[in-house]
Amino acid sequence: MNRERIVGESVPRKEGRDKVTGRSKYVDDMVLPNMLFAATVRSQIPHGRIRKISFGADVAWDEFVVVSAKDIPGRNCIALIGDDQPCLAGEFVNHPEEPILLVAHPDRHVLQKAVHAVSIEYDRLPAIFTIEESEGRSEVVWGGDNIFKTYLIEKGNVEAGWQNADYIVEGEYSTGAQEQLYIENNGMIASFDEAQGITVWGSLQCPYYVHKALMALCNLPADKVRVVQMETGGAFGGKEDYPSMIAGHAALLAIKAGRPVKIIYDRLEDMAATTKRHPSRTRHRTAVSREGKILGGEIEFTIDGGAYATLSSVVLSRGAIHAGGPYYWPSVRIRAKAVATNAPPHGAFRGFGAPQSLFAMERHMDRIAQTIGLSPVEIRRRNFLQPGQTTTTEQVVREPIDLGKLLDRALEISDYESKKRAFANQNQTGGSKKGMGIAAFLHGAGFTGSGERYLSSVVGVEGCADGAVRVLVSSTEFGQGTNTVLSQIAAEALHLPYENVSMAPPDTLEVPNSGPTVASRTAMVVGKLVQSAALGIAQTLISSNLLDDGYSADEFREACRQYVAMHGQFRCWSRYDPPSGIFWDDEKYRGEAYAAFAWAVYIAEVTVDLATYSVSVDDFVALQEVGKVLHPVLARGQIIGGVAQGIGFSLYEKVVWQNGRMQNGQMTNYIMPTSSDLPPIRVFFEELGNVYGAYGAKGIGELPMDGPAPAILNAVEDALGVPFNSIPLLPEDIMDGLATSPENNASIFTSGGR
Amino acid sequence: MRSNPSDYEMIAPGSLHAIVSLLAKEPGEWLPLAGGTDLMVQYAAGKLPPRKLISIWNLPELRRIEVTPNVLQIGAGCTYTDVRSHEVVAREFPLLAGAARWTGGIANQNRGTIGGNIVNASPAADSLPALLAYEAELVLVSVRGERKLPYVSFHTGYKQTLLAPDELIQTVCLQRRYSRYFSHARKVGARNAQAISKVCIAGLGRMANGVVEDIRVALGSVAPVPLRLTKTEQVVKGQTVDAALMTLAKKTTMAEIRPIDDIRSTARYRSEVAGNLVVEFLNRLNSQPAERALDYG
Amino acid sequence: MNDSCERAAKAEISFTVNGEAKSIRAYPMERLLDVLRLEFGLTGAKEGCGEGECGSCSILMDGALVNSCLVPVLHAAGTSIATIEGLAVEDQLHALQEAFLQCGGAQCGICTPGMILAASHLLQTKAEPTTEEIREGLSGNLCRCTGYSQILEAVMEASRRRAVA
Repeated sequence: MNRERIVGESVPRKEGRDKVTGRSKYVDDMVLPNMLFAATVRSQIPHGRIRKISFGADVAWDEFVVVSAKDIPGRNCIALIGDDQPCLAGEFVNHPEEPILLVAHPDRHVLQKAVHAVSIEYDRLPAIFTIEESEGRSEVVWGGDNIFKTYLIEKGNVEAGWQNADYIVEGEYSTGAQEQLYIENNGMIASFDEAQGITVWGSLQCPYYVHKALMALCNLPADKVRVVQMETGGAFGGKEDYPSMIAGHAALLAIKAGRPVKIIYDRLEDMAATTKRHPSRTRHRTAVSREGKILGGEIEFTIDGGAYATLSSVVLSRGAIHAGGPYYWPSVRIRAKAVATNAPPHGAFRGFGAPQSLFAMERHMDRIAQTIGLSPVEIRRRNFLQPGQTTTTEQVVREPIDLGKLLDRALEISDYESKKRAFANQNQTGGSKKGMGIAAFLHGAGFTGSGERYLSSVVGVEGCADGAVRVLVSSTEFGQGTNTVLSQIAAEALHLPYENVSMAPPDTLEVPNSGPTVASRTAMVVGKLVQSAALGIAQTLISSNLLDDGYSADEFREACRQYVAMHGQFRCWSRYDPPSGIFWDDEKYRGEAYAAFAWAVYIAEVTVDLATYSVSVDDFVALQEVGKVLHPVLARGQIIGGVAQGIGFSLYEKVVWQNGRMQNGQMTNYIMPTSSDLPPIRVFFEELGNVYGAYGAKGIGELPMDGPAPAILNAVEDALGVPFNSIPLLPEDIMDGLATSPENNASIFTSGGR
Repeated sequence: MRSNPSDYEMIAPGSLHAIVSLLAKEPGEWLPLAGGTDLMVQYAAGKLPPRKLISIWNLPELRRIEVTPNVLQIGAGCTYTDVRSHEVVAREFPLLAGAARWTGGIANQNRGTIGGNIVNASPAADSLPALLAYEAELVLVSVRGERKLPYVSFHTGYKQTLLAPDELIQTVCLQRRYSRYFSHARKVGARNAQAISKVCIAGLGRMANGVVEDIRVALGSVAPVPLRLTKTEQVVKGQTVDAALMTLAKKTTMAEIRPIDDIRSTARYRSEVAGNLVVEFLNRLNSQPAERALDYG
Repeated sequence: MNDSCERAAKAEISFTVNGEAKSIRAYPMERLLDVLRLEFGLTGAKEGCGEGECGSCSILMDGALVNSCLVPVLHAAGTSIATIEGLAVEDQLHALQEAFLQCGGAQCGICTPGMILAASHLLQTKAEPTTEEIREGLSGNLCRCTGYSQILEAVMEASRRRAVA
């Protein structure tokens, strides 16, 4: 029988119609009867002991419900990994904006006045704000040494590398904090009753993370905590762990008030108080032969985790593992550490450490090229990983990836060589300079090492009496296409029309824990479980003699009806089973770090305006190998969206800090690209398949974040002949860089029209 | 939303006469609100102390554009959309049409008013340098009648103006004599749209016999007020535009302005770029083909 | 200065929303955004920034695109308001809504109502816009998910569909 292929087609987005008609319900669209509104009283200082809290006279406090750390029934922490982050500050505050008190009232308009009427006296303590200050340990603000976590990755004989080197190339590269800037701010609604326990509805990525955190905070068993994800307006990692905090706040208030409570942040609060991408500093020291081969080296990768550990150890892990890029290192020593400062804790943001370390690697490749007199193209070509070689963690590249060919294709599409030649010519005169830049990289999909094993994700597929199929996962939709892709996979596996499959509501009461919606794991890892659970449904019906191979949709419907009538609820489960023969050593940080890598070469064309020092990206080519493109429109949308965020990361999105507090927490002053700022972003795919992913898919959500920053900064250096090694790179930085460069381009713009 | 709506009274009397009468009767009591693109932002951020507000939005007396043979009269209540889409503005006052075009996005252009831009008096306001270059005149109105002011004298300090507490701006008057001028404007912001300017330039010039016959240059965001660069104009006027003049012009500009460091940019950057923008303007002025007589009837 | 003990007076304010006559008693400085969402349950307009930058609150007021987070409800008196909920006619989606679905113009969907209204406003003034004109028309609507390309393509596609319709 002729089977329709659903996977690989751009089927309609499952929840698309609701989105374009304005019917989708986000958390702030929901109103519960008798609901209170709440706000948070936060620390105004970076570090200190709370001496006294006073409540101003001008507020009718008896109308308010007020919650402090003393009201916490369970443990005062946001249970995640290290459990060091309090839900509400007790005796000490360790960062500006740290939550101290919660206030709730039926009239949301009176909350601000109440928040301002709370005065807090502190005994201030010295605070630290940069990686260098943290390393210097003038103040120790966490543990005994300000260090959340370290990793050491060692491969081969680094000393031999130094001895045999013809060149030793050093470089230091840094990246700033970046705000996820989902257009929907964080928000939660909580309700409590003795019988059912706590229910929360909110904007979130990981229902079971919130579930675990609420159990610990509220001292409730698993069946007395229910978490429901509402339609979520963007997340990008910014709603991976923070929702547990805001859910905890709403829950504590709901318990004390005996009424539902809604907390919605406004933009100022969300930007200042919630997580951002970890700032980073990477130092490279590389032994290179005169033929341009990397012989070995040392990489020191450091990230600023803010005041509490939260996710820093995992961000560090991914950053460290990606630090060597898509290259063959005969030997390497990677020392990675995450350090504490008195800033609001940094967290997950698309890429999760890899954009930071890959920025450094790809800038450094251009530096190596320059030092030894090779082109940026050639230096990469000579060092690309080949099938059969091992990565920095000694993972064997088992798939037939040909990075040289990928590079060639990207060069051709972008017209790199002839443009570079033309620009070199044009740049002699005129009011602007143009350049081309390359970034080659990889991104591991799924949880690192033994992570997926620990998650032990479970997925269900249900056959309903009417023949409809439901997918039961805790994986959430927040724009990236979870609902659509997982429905496609189930439909494909069952040979049913796409329309016959729907997603069960992302409600912990209804769905099993298929793991968090992070790490580019949903299509690949969870999708594969969906595929096998769906196959289980078909198998069950067939082996029950209710269905034959090659069945039609109608026959399936009838078989389901019969099965349900006979046996009741009809569900098949699939649990993650780690592939055999795959090993990862958590101690030595060595082995198969990821089930699959996606590979990419990105090329940027830029113009630097010499009057204003602004950089515009004129063309951007994004070429990647992704296993299998499950949905062309969605896949392209993910790459373009990620590249746009990467362009923001490179050129626009600066967090202005003062004493640990973000000063530019408004959309007017935190600059993300508008539709007038982005070039057409040209996306191309290659597909090698992936035995560990559903229908051959690899994760792609985070991949596009890794390439734009180094490609763009490489292009800027190509244009100006002056290197810049820190992002975001603003026109002010370019002007200063040109002024202090040996070529003394200070008065670069005195004459010469356009 | 950090303010309580019940703390703010607002009335909309609907006629200019009623409004100025009330402003005179209760001076300082009523804050005029036009399109709200500035005040409502402060309000939502909790930065507008509880006030009585009087709406001057969409008043027919203020939201009109009148074309006379020598003067274009733009009512202060005109939105940026009203301004940029008017054919005489587009044709004869491209600096102003252009500035309206790059103010915010379409939604803010449909509400922000030129009068609001002037009274709000931000040195970064987009349309103010254009008004300086065109030597606009303002008509202010109160119960005491109308008075006329050259716009260049209106701003006396950072966010301070000559507007009396009982006055409103009624009209912005532009002399219709710039058709034969070369015009050039550029805004430097953090991005291409929806950006508060770091520096912006509005320039008008005319070459004759190889020298600069007339020139007006105004900059925004480089001083507490929008600035007409009179000293720079002086060194340029009557001169040939060559490399030496451009170097001198840049140097004079950089000495004439008083930029600051703020959350958006640095004094050093503003200074350097301001100089570059003036040079760029002079270059373009000089590269124009020799003018032909134009007849605007 | 208004004494904080003095409360403003609520006003009777009437306007039409999606063709329906509405009348409310509200403080004049209630934001139109909040009135639409809380009084009328028209939650399609969203608050993304509260400062008129992101455009996710945009609606049409007498045919003009405005950011409803910056409009005091008193200014809406006597006007005709159009929100996303009024765009589709019963089950028949507007060409823009169809095109957004086809071209991937909506990912997380939070900017989508404002974005579609901004596009509809653009198509009213320019039936066949160029890509540059679409960019400019939407430059007041921020999208964090899509990088805009598929949105621009959707608007282009919608204008093409309407041209042949």
